[in-house]
Amino acid sequence: MKEVLLQDDAIISPLGFSTQENIEAVKAGRSGLLFHNNRRFSLGGFYAGIIDPELLATEFLKIGNPTKYTKLEQMMLLSIYKVLTSNSKIDLSTTGLIISTTKGNIDLLKGGHSFSEDRFTLNSLAKVIQEFFPFKSQPILISNACISGGLALIMAKRFIQAGKFNSAIVVAGDLISDFVISGFQSFQALSKAPCKPFSKNRDGISLGEAAAAVYVSTEIDSKNNISIIGDSTSNDANHISGPSRNGDGLFLSIQNSLKEASISAKNIDHISSHGTATIFNDEMEAIAFNRSGLKNAAVNSYKGLYGHTLGASALLETIITKHSLLNNELYKSHNFDDLGVSVPLKIIQKTEKREMTYALKTASGFGGSNMALVLKKIENV
Amino acid sequence: MSKDPYFISQYVGIKNTKILKNAKLIFSTQQDSEVLPFLKEVYKKVGLNYPKYHKMDPLCKLGILATSVLLKDSDFSNETALVFSNASSSLNTDLRHQQSIENIVSPAIFVYTLPNIVLGEVSIKFGLQSENAFFIEEDFNPKLIYEYTELLLNSKKAPSVVCGWIELKNAEYDVFLCFISKQGEIPFTTENLKKLYLFENE
Repeated sequence: MKEVLLQDDAIISPLGFSTQENIEAVKAGRSGLLFHNNRRFSLGGFYAGIIDPELLATEFLKIGNPTKYTKLEQMMLLSIYKVLTSNSKIDLSTTGLIISTTKGNIDLLKGGHSFSEDRFTLNSLAKVIQEFFPFKSQPILISNACISGGLALIMAKRFIQAGKFNSAIVVAGDLISDFVISGFQSFQALSKAPCKPFSKNRDGISLGEAAAAVYVSTEIDSKNNISIIGDSTSNDANHISGPSRNGDGLFLSIQNSLKEASISAKNIDHISSHGTATIFNDEMEAIAFNRSGLKNAAVNSYKGLYGHTLGASALLETIITKHSLLNNELYKSHNFDDLGVSVPLKIIQKTEKREMTYALKTASGFGGSNMALVLKKIENV
Repeated sequence: MSKDPYFISQYVGIKNTKILKNAKLIFSTQQDSEVLPFLKEVYKKVGLNYPKYHKMDPLCKLGILATSVLLKDSDFSNETALVFSNASSSLNTDLRHQQSIENIVSPAIFVYTLPNIVLGEVSIKFGLQSENAFFIEEDFNPKLIYEYTELLLNSKKAPSVVCGWIELKNAEYDVFLCFISKQGEIPFTTENLKKLYLFENE
């Protein structure tokens, strides 16, 4: 079986417009969650990770006219552009393009904008991205709730191994829109303060927006490489808006991905969890990790830094996990205080150096969806 | 990867007030062709007997209806994967949620503003704890559906797959789902998927 490796990557978020800026912010524990005024909330606003549109437009001006592209398009195009400029070997006539988002340009649905009427559709978004560079092959577009970005990466690996293409650009992005804010608010799922994954007094999610892109191929580089050696998705078959209480789907995803990786749970050094900071999600994940024999792995959640970036989250967090493995650094789980789940977990409380080889990335989402993927560092000797 | 032969064991089409299974008409109505009255009328006639159906949005109702007809009298593993696709995502319910934003927002509507919720509803109804994927395409893309389904089967990530197209736009619906397994007579190929889908659209 062909080894599929994570190559160049880029993250566009409130913490910076490159992977490097983002990793520096993660290391420094600098959160993008700020208070934003919004009349929907009795407290006068909410905590979220929102990208400054003017800073974004200024950055985008280097590659295109920001008035011709929506905020989300600017974010996603910039993330791909940065990957392409960091690797001159990428051939757009043969490289696959896999795009993932939950709601795309849904903020255009209400009208009152200068874009074409159908610009809100996911197919329009895919077309804009394909034509900008342009990619020769038809993009593959995935919308699978909050596992979207991770599933897109899994698909890149599977399609490469099945021989559909030899390399792919995977991109994921989502916005904070009135559409999404009002929905999560109706679920009473939003935290009053910046979210506190796995903590005793956690009270819900903080939303965030981001785009992330990664180049995936089989080329072995001269430096150390990160390979995707196991992956799985599994449905809970339990509830459409809440996780299974015993973590069934996530447990199965973890089992299947470890099996494909041919390693045991003991080998996993680090878990980059979904960790949304809702009561139910974090408890479900803790149970699934314990059932999988993973209670000794070092766990963090990046939601305290970025918020929940929805369809972008699993890709963004996999990219940071890749760098965590390469740098041999475990990054602190931001905003964690006392453990607030019913079973033991080793939450990372301080950023520290640690030799690592294997990491597990997990994500779950509405519709009962779960995914797990195993990353391995291949040392170049 | 080992390559076993796979077959389109069963297939179902729902369009323009008609339900066809394996090219045989099993339900049609002279009533209103709009999606809502159709989904209401068909529930009893097809003998669904699944009260949760009434709480779902129209896209999920179409998914439950199609898979119930498709999998009736079939043996299927609870590892049967779901590979669905459409063009309009969850537009029908997105519009309902959008209209409510300035007034009272309902979580019971908001939860359906994702295309993959239908995968969750189908998984719950049939107890499928399996691989799921929802693709967005401009039109039914038999090549992509074939390639992804085939790799799931060949890599043993699923022993069988329900795959196809489930589109709902402006009250017009177009559903084409296939059950792919080692049993059957119609070879599982891109061309056969295309042919059966076009037959439904004649």
